[in-house]
Amino acid sequence: MPRWRIPLRAPMALAAAGLLLSGCANPSVGSADDDPTKPVTLKFWHGWSAPGEVKAINNSIARFEKLHPNIRVESTGNVTDATINQALRAGGDEAPDVVTSFTTNNVGQYCDSGMWADLDPFMRKSGLDKSKVFPKTLLDYTSYEGDQCALPLLADAYGMYYNKDAFKEAGISRPPRTMSEFEADARKLTKRAGNSYRRVGFMPNFRLYQNSPDRLFAQWGPTYFDAKGDSRLAKDPSTYKFFDTAHKLVEAQGGYNALERFRTSFGDEMSTQNAFMSGKLAMHLDGEWRGLMMNEAKVGFDWGVAPLPVPDDQAETYGRGYLTGTVAGIAHSSRHQNAAWELVKFLTSDTDQVVSFANAIHNVPSTFAALKSPKLDADPTFRTFLGIAQNKYSQVMPPSTNGGMYVTSLQDFSYSVEAGKVHDLKKGLRELDRQIDADTLQSKS
Amino acid sequence: MALTLSNPARRRLRTLGFLSPWLIGFSAFFAYPLIATVYFSFMHYNQIQKPDFVGLRNWKYVFEQMPLFGPALWNTLWLVVVMVALRVVFGLSLGLLITKIKTGAGFFRTAFYLPYLAPPVAATVAFVFLLNPSTGPVNEVLAHVGITGPNWFNDANWAKPSLVMLSLWGIGDLMVIFMAALLDVPKEQYEAAELDGAGAWSKFRYVTWPSITPIVMFAVVTGVVQTMQYYTQALVAGKIASGVSIGPGSVIQPGYPDHSTLTVPQLVYSMGFQNFNTGAACVLSLVLFAIAMAVTMLLMRKRSGLLAAED
Repeated sequence: MPRWRIPLRAPMALAAAGLLLSGCANPSVGSADDDPTKPVTLKFWHGWSAPGEVKAINNSIARFEKLHPNIRVESTGNVTDATINQALRAGGDEAPDVVTSFTTNNVGQYCDSGMWADLDPFMRKSGLDKSKVFPKTLLDYTSYEGDQCALPLLADAYGMYYNKDAFKEAGISRPPRTMSEFEADARKLTKRAGNSYRRVGFMPNFRLYQNSPDRLFAQWGPTYFDAKGDSRLAKDPSTYKFFDTAHKLVEAQGGYNALERFRTSFGDEMSTQNAFMSGKLAMHLDGEWRGLMMNEAKVGFDWGVAPLPVPDDQAETYGRGYLTGTVAGIAHSSRHQNAAWELVKFLTSDTDQVVSFANAIHNVPSTFAALKSPKLDADPTFRTFLGIAQNKYSQVMPPSTNGGMYVTSLQDFSYSVEAGKVHDLKKGLRELDRQIDADTLQSKS
Repeated sequence: MALTLSNPARRRLRTLGFLSPWLIGFSAFFAYPLIATVYFSFMHYNQIQKPDFVGLRNWKYVFEQMPLFGPALWNTLWLVVVMVALRVVFGLSLGLLITKIKTGAGFFRTAFYLPYLAPPVAATVAFVFLLNPSTGPVNEVLAHVGITGPNWFNDANWAKPSLVMLSLWGIGDLMVIFMAALLDVPKEQYEAAELDGAGAWSKFRYVTWPSITPIVMFAVVTGVVQTMQYYTQALVAGKIASGVSIGPGSVIQPGYPDHSTLTVPQLVYSMGFQNFNTGAACVLSLVLFAIAMAVTMLLMRKRSGLLAAED
């Protein structure tokens, strides 16, 4: 081979690789050119897995198929966000058309990346005025920078479950409403047993089940980002008060290490060995679905539900809580987007559907009409969560382009704070802000 | 038209034909992924939209702004040094012991090899259960003899040693390799050494060790490469020990507790497939690749030196 050809080999190979790579880097693109009245089979992926939940969603699908005889729905349950993410990025015929997520944390990422299709054009086509159907808070957590790529499919509200028998035994007449009452009650309700515990008043450690710091922090009503989108946790006085209260709760009940050791003995959250259900905790932060589980398990004590306490200087906000929920959307790669919209529209905005599904799985309805429906479950514990969901001070997490990455950063930082590894909170929070901003910038084009 | 080829061209084609399975495998599973990784390390790419060229931004992000990169790299290197060294020492010791056993050798070989057959996830789950600080049998036994057991997988100082213990439990693969090497050492050399008055240590130092050096080097090199990719056990142990519920909407945060079990491969997965930050994930992969290559080359040169010295 003549020598003059040799220098061309590497550039040619690289150019070929580049062409190949740019070809591989284009995931399949869907379309909204389909006729929703023509026969079609939709693939619907969701996260419900408990038998009662699966039965409820299958009933919903059966109702939908009756209303739309030309649309058949192939439903797949117990699917995680990670699986959906991979499937939508890979595309292909096996990828889902309609998807759900059990967290609102990732909505910003879904919208900003275009992974979930923008639903506004579909709503315009079908004359659905979203502001008249869905509460604003819920619309906020299903959109990002004006892109409504998801709609709420039932909401979750967080409140406090408490053991009435334990309260009676400790001489406490009602659930605490302020953080100082919370701390005092937690101390009274804690029962030591040697080096460990028989019962903890309230387990404040952030790794317990649903105790992620953002949920408890919602009681202070923090503002995570400023108008420019920069993280402002170090500038928000509520951040310091939140960590101070968490620290006081820990100290009042024996310290972080002792509580953490007790926590590792707890059973699975979604089983009857759940620490609150087995009597190891007297007060417990959890979502509205727990009530149904408590009833089904017939726990051996009397229990009640109340909103979580609020800071002493914000007593007027009592009744607030952390809100999140399941969201539904259409995959960007779906080639049946108009038919998929019919399913999303039915699941999220049909009042009868929303009410019956909410009753069946004990989740908070996500439309104005369903929230006012007389058919809604009248169980008083469930109604407490409806109150939290409708409280004007209740808080959702703001969407971000990189999904829940800033929540993860806050969680990591909070783990260090509770373990006593952060000696200068202000400095640590400034670094956390810088980190969140750097991560956000890195995720943008 | 008949194609006429000269003899050298025909020879070259034949050679290429024989080489083609390797060439295809090499191109598809090594060259292409490597070129792709380099390419995407300079791109902003979320696996949905088209990649955008961003220069060195991903590299700067990893080295200057990613706080988890340092702990992940430290943990990976810690595991490489401690786990590989202990695995080689433990595997060799076990091999030496078992080759000496005259009665019931088959039983012991099977007993020590069996744990290696346990699927990594199942083995890890069992270990987390055994080492549970509050309810695990290990701490209960320790308590009976007056020792307060550590928090094992729940303590940042003990989590990595716990993973090392888990890997030593599944040492069966190395044990078998060392046994084969040890049984292959010519018996005449031992007899000659004995005639020269060599004791047990001298026999090991001057007969056994030179004979098994290539196998030790093989164990070290493959151990380093495997440990550089350490992922499943650390992820599973952290996830289960943390007790944090993993539901359809939740994301597994690797590294529990306090990032003490976070390894670079876990960070690659987290960046690439949870945050869809493909560029940063590619940078991390390339750093890992570079370190693995450097360590392997160093070890190979060391091995060449040893072999040359023996000659």
